[in-house]
Amino acid sequence: MGDSYLVTAMRDGLAEAMREDPAVVLFGEDADRSVMGSTRGLIDEFGPDRVRNIPLSEATIVGCGVGAAAAGLRPVIDLMVSSFFYITMDQLANQAAKLRYMSGGQVQLPVVYFAATGGAGSAAAQHSESPHPTFIQQAGLKVVMPSTPSDAKGLMLAAVRDPNPVVYLQEASLGGTRGPVPEGPFEVPLGKATVRREGADVTVVAVGRTVRVALAVAEELHGEGVSVEVIDPRTLHPWDADTVMESVARTGRLVVLDTARQSCGFAAEVIATACTEAFGSLTAAPVRVTAPDVPMPFAPQLERHLAVDEHKVKAAVLRSLA
Amino acid sequence: MVSRGMADRAAGAGTELDHLEALRVMIRIREFEEMCRRLFARGRLPGFVHLYIGQEAVAAGACLALRADDQITSNHRGHGHVIAKGGDPARMFAELLGKADGYCGGKGGSMHIVDFPSGMLGTNGIVGGGIPIATGAAFANQHLGNSRVALSFFGDGATNQGVFFESLNLAALWKLPVIFLAENNQYTEWTRTEDLTVGEITQRAAPFGVPARQVDGNDVTAVHEAVREAAGRARSGDGPSLIECVTYRWHGHNEGEEAFAGRYRPQSEIEEWKARDPIAALESRLLDDGVANAASLDAIHASERGLIEAAYEWASAAPAAPVEDALTDVFSPARP
Ligand SMILES: Cc1ncc(C[n+]2csc(CCOP(=O)(O)OP(=O)(O)O)c2C)c(N)n1
Ligand SMILES: [Mg+2]
Repeated sequence: MGDSYLVTAMRDGLAEAMREDPAVVLFGEDADRSVMGSTRGLIDEFGPDRVRNIPLSEATIVGCGVGAAAAGLRPVIDLMVSSFFYITMDQLANQAAKLRYMSGGQVQLPVVYFAATGGAGSAAAQHSESPHPTFIQQAGLKVVMPSTPSDAKGLMLAAVRDPNPVVYLQEASLGGTRGPVPEGPFEVPLGKATVRREGADVTVVAVGRTVRVALAVAEELHGEGVSVEVIDPRTLHPWDADTVMESVARTGRLVVLDTARQSCGFAAEVIATACTEAFGSLTAAPVRVTAPDVPMPFAPQLERHLAVDEHKVKAAVLRSLA
Repeated sequence: MVSRGMADRAAGAGTELDHLEALRVMIRIREFEEMCRRLFARGRLPGFVHLYIGQEAVAAGACLALRADDQITSNHRGHGHVIAKGGDPARMFAELLGKADGYCGGKGGSMHIVDFPSGMLGTNGIVGGGIPIATGAAFANQHLGNSRVALSFFGDGATNQGVFFESLNLAALWKLPVIFLAENNQYTEWTRTEDLTVGEITQRAAPFGVPARQVDGNDVTAVHEAVREAAGRARSGDGPSLIECVTYRWHGHNEGEEAFAGRYRPQSEIEEWKARDPIAALESRLLDDGVANAASLDAIHASERGLIEAAYEWASAAPAAPVEDALTDVFSPARP
């Protein structure tokens, strides 16, 4: 187990997938040099036939992923920035997410679409989206968002091995974080949450970059005599409701953190599920901390103002305990 | 179930067109569509139905120039493409009627018939939606070295979609074994093509260096010849082609449109094109050439009509798709 940056771990997961199956091909804009770093160096090992620099034709490339998967390959497509998914929405939502269903299950579409996601570094409104709720809504797309280097690798391998379209979202702001990562091929199963910290008083479900925020707050509150359980769903669709509901049944309190905007976001889904499936065990109203319903602003202080930060999360946890 | 569609015709690809086989395919499509027309008029078909009547020579000529393992993608007006590629009319009717034995178990319907075993990767409800998918299948074919060709059928309207140009660029760049086949039936929904689409469709390939040909889409031999040439080019590594087939749809954009569309095309125009019926044209050629006589043509008509009627009988007697099926087939559980 060595230490690795999150983007490097993601790339290593991709490399494992490419090593074990020659049908895995990679498409990306500047895939050889890799703007985000998540495909850097792969061309040296796998060559330009399998690592393809693509023209700026995102919609067509996403559709090519569907056709290539249907015709026997396992394409992995780097969309670079998750905001760019919007230009591909027909091919993603109407084709990739629906072809298996519409065909009555005739086809498997093993294709992965990945991109850096979320606001970071004043990239402003058109490069800072957290669009995962949009993808969850399509039903036919699995959606994953790792928060640690280890999960970045394990989820990538699992995503490529999965026989369905998977949208893999890499938190832009976590790309440079380091952590221990197992050597060799290893998989983090899709659809399985992990308990990042055990606790008894309140359940905090945290997505992507907010996991670190939740852990920092949990540590702080530990000093104040509050025991916080932190759950990282890792896969946002289909998500591991069992693990979360089991925790809520013990703690009776739920706080959900999400980088996406509030309305119809993942936090809304988790809280609705708790209210309908675990109402009897709730001892306080669930609380959510999300981005507000506005586009991401440019100025650093404005961007920071919208972030799910320790201050907001601590206040939310205390509110659920009040 | 009625016959499994057309016989495996891998042997025919790359060779001269079997005109009798072409005629049979065209008549099968016509009979299928006529049945759809009657069913729709009687309120038996849910949803949208876009008929292919008048354009049969395009699907037949193109698919008969392909191998059985070549792939196609298609559009909302796709019944003819499915049949020509070898689809089973019985399972098509079953799909249109929402039956469990339909191609997609009732989840697809007219605009989403898919038949992977015959290389039919999908009709499509989104105009232009199938173009990148065929391009991607062509990439897979090239990468896997399996010498298959992918062909995308789309209408004149789809040539104004961004993915059309993107796919031309990508296919030309990587010399993908793909054929872009535009069926110019003179109308994009209810508006004349020339009022929406500037210049010739074939010119749109020029900046990409993609060879393009315009052919008479009502002449099955011309279509077959053009697709055969394009498929040969694709298979020998020389990349994509664009073929524009000029044709005409006899019916409305969709069945039942009269109530909403008003009259948007002159009756004389419709009559002119009906006089250029691709089936009648082929028949008179076969008669002239002595390949067929009145009796043999009648026999083909009768057998295709019988096949379509039997297909419909089978489909209408088949069990409805159970409602629980609405919740299945979202994700594949198996690892390939
Ligand atoms: C992206 C998209 N836009 C609009 C429609 C509605 N629509 C369906 S078919 C059609 C016209 C298509 O014309 P053309 O491509 O020429 O095919 P044709 O119907 O003539 O065969 C339209 C506007 C659609 N299905 N998809
Ligand atoms: Mg048209």
